[in-house]
Amino acid sequence: MTAELLLQTLASGVLIGLIYALVAIGLTMIFGVMDIVNFAHGEFLMLGMYASFWMFALFALDPLVTLPLTVLMLFGFGVLLYKLVIRRVIDAPPLSQIFTTFGLMLLFRGLAQFFWKPDYRTIEGSLVSGSVHLAHFQLGRPQVVAGVGAIVVTALVWFFLHRTKLGSALEATASDKEAARLMGIDSHRMFGLAWGIGAACAGAAGALLSTFFPIFPEVGANFILIAFVVVNLGGFGSVAGAFWAGILVGVIEVMGGLLIGPQYKMALVLGLFLAVLMFRPQGLMGKTQ
Amino acid sequence: MNITWKPKLVAAAALAAVTIVAQAQQEIKIGVIYPLTGPLASSGAEMRDALEFAADVVNNGLKGVPELPFSAGGGLAGLKGAKIKLVFADHQGNPQVGATEAERLISQEHVVALMGAYNSNVTQTASQVAERDKIPFLNAESSSATLTQRNFKYFFRTTPHDELFVKNAIEFMHDVEQAKHIKIGSVATLAENTLFGNEAAKLQLKYATAQGYNVVKQVSYPAKTTQLTSEVQTLKAANPTVLLQSSYSEAILSMKTYKELGYLPDMLIANDAGFADTEFIKTLGKDAEYVVSREVWALDIGDKKPIIKKVDDLFRARYKIDFTGNSARSFTGLLVLADAINRAGSTDPEAIRKALAATNIPSSALIMPWKGVKFDETGQNTLGAGILVQVRDGKYSTIWPFDLASRDVVWPMPKWDARK
Repeated sequence: MTAELLLQTLASGVLIGLIYALVAIGLTMIFGVMDIVNFAHGEFLMLGMYASFWMFALFALDPLVTLPLTVLMLFGFGVLLYKLVIRRVIDAPPLSQIFTTFGLMLLFRGLAQFFWKPDYRTIEGSLVSGSVHLAHFQLGRPQVVAGVGAIVVTALVWFFLHRTKLGSALEATASDKEAARLMGIDSHRMFGLAWGIGAACAGAAGALLSTFFPIFPEVGANFILIAFVVVNLGGFGSVAGAFWAGILVGVIEVMGGLLIGPQYKMALVLGLFLAVLMFRPQGLMGKTQ
Repeated sequence: MNITWKPKLVAAAALAAVTIVAQAQQEIKIGVIYPLTGPLASSGAEMRDALEFAADVVNNGLKGVPELPFSAGGGLAGLKGAKIKLVFADHQGNPQVGATEAERLISQEHVVALMGAYNSNVTQTASQVAERDKIPFLNAESSSATLTQRNFKYFFRTTPHDELFVKNAIEFMHDVEQAKHIKIGSVATLAENTLFGNEAAKLQLKYATAQGYNVVKQVSYPAKTTQLTSEVQTLKAANPTVLLQSSYSEAILSMKTYKELGYLPDMLIANDAGFADTEFIKTLGKDAEYVVSREVWALDIGDKKPIIKKVDDLFRARYKIDFTGNSARSFTGLLVLADAINRAGSTDPEAIRKALAATNIPSSALIMPWKGVKFDETGQNTLGAGILVQVRDGKYSTIWPFDLASRDVVWPMPKWDARK
């Protein structure tokens, strides 16, 4: 096992970790602002992938070009979903909320299968394809671009939350709903915004993934389990936590797979998850309650 | 007086005539259990067409294919020209329904034998009912190896099972070594971690080791994984000559990862599943080229075995589609069963069972790439074999067994950077 191989694998781990982070940021945002666990989050990712796919298949527009459009579409979809469905269960018992988002997950998967068939689709001939060679280093170009894209989107979300008035209002709602309302912040508007941004993040991840990952109705399932681990690891509600935890999970999965054995890669990730639950239940960067 | 007895006489005469006719054209009822609705309905419909076609061959003959059994027509000679009547039942892919339907066909329809059920798990339950009721069950399409490991007396399977297919891949490697004067030093396996992949990997280890190959690495990965980087890097480090892979949905992801990381063994031999899916070639395009996969049947073997082409032409003329691996096996299954009933000369299930056990059909009478049909004591056809296909110019071309090959195998696969 050469240093080169280790380094290359490490890089692969960081790149896939950035995608995990982006998916998890959307999930942690929705949870952080309104304490609802969104089981349909993987389906936002799936819809983002299909949006990219159809714009590519019908209008020959590259997923990277249509990325802003995909993000906007998913943002609108997230807001709409909040207004039509989630708003009605906002004061319902947690179990009802879980059933609601779980039901949405099944519904979206079913609809996707009904309208778009269960076939695997891929985007061939995107602007980014092939590999990047750096000395003896070889990485998939789509993965590199997706990783960079994930950093950019994460930075934008972070900037929005910490440097804009609307972002501060969102943070305020997250920390204390009642106090924020007294300050004149419309909490329903903030909740809708959180769903919009959450869906948009997953949509962005979907668009970035679509250049190298097959697109099918159940694709969300592949990522959602990891996203939950990342959110927990980073601390529920912490965007920065989700970012670093995403990278950590990606690296552990890939490096552990190489060094210990691929069959153990998920066991390592979930083992870490259990350890964090036991010794630091608030997550790496979560606030203690 | 005259007026009253005459109609009675006429009626009696008519009744007698009907009875005589019915006796002359005795019908042999065979029950068929297939997935006719549900997600596998299209496969079920295709296999039903093939069976109806086969029944028609037995009952009415088929012109221009004298080498095919029963092609002269006239029904079952051993039973005074009796005709075959198929009674179809739908199991919807559900093992419970399969068992209930088997029961119904036996007790209410009084079938002399059963066929079905495509899905291995349904075949398992339906054939249990048949075994209990002592009715022969001919299975033409299920590939789970365990089905013929149950010591059933009334269960017969014409198709090769999964274990044989794995063995075929190893035989192919051995044949290539001889034909191309090369040496395959090491082998690695890559498999998804559900029953399918695990079983395949175990069998690959068993047969590859028995053939004298050095299995340097066995990699298994969680099904539905998001990335295969560490798996591919592990394989790259192990550097086997041949990679034996069993994947469903990750077939495409793995190929993309191989290319991105610049990895390719001398040959990738896939265990069907995701590699034989229609999406595989469509999605990967040129990057799918040169991959070898096992198959049960392919139309292009008809180039070397004319009976296949002739029967397929007649089938297509009637049903507007070509045979597939499934329908070709269903068609063959009914002819094997009809052959046994004919030789039994009786509709007694025990006599049919004995005749099935004594089956000996040569390869020349089959539209399959098999060496023939002959059952062992477990009911498995020992002369069955699969074929291997290689992706060439966007199509699967048969490359093994060599005597049925439509194209010569390209070995080794050209490396990624050597391809245009």
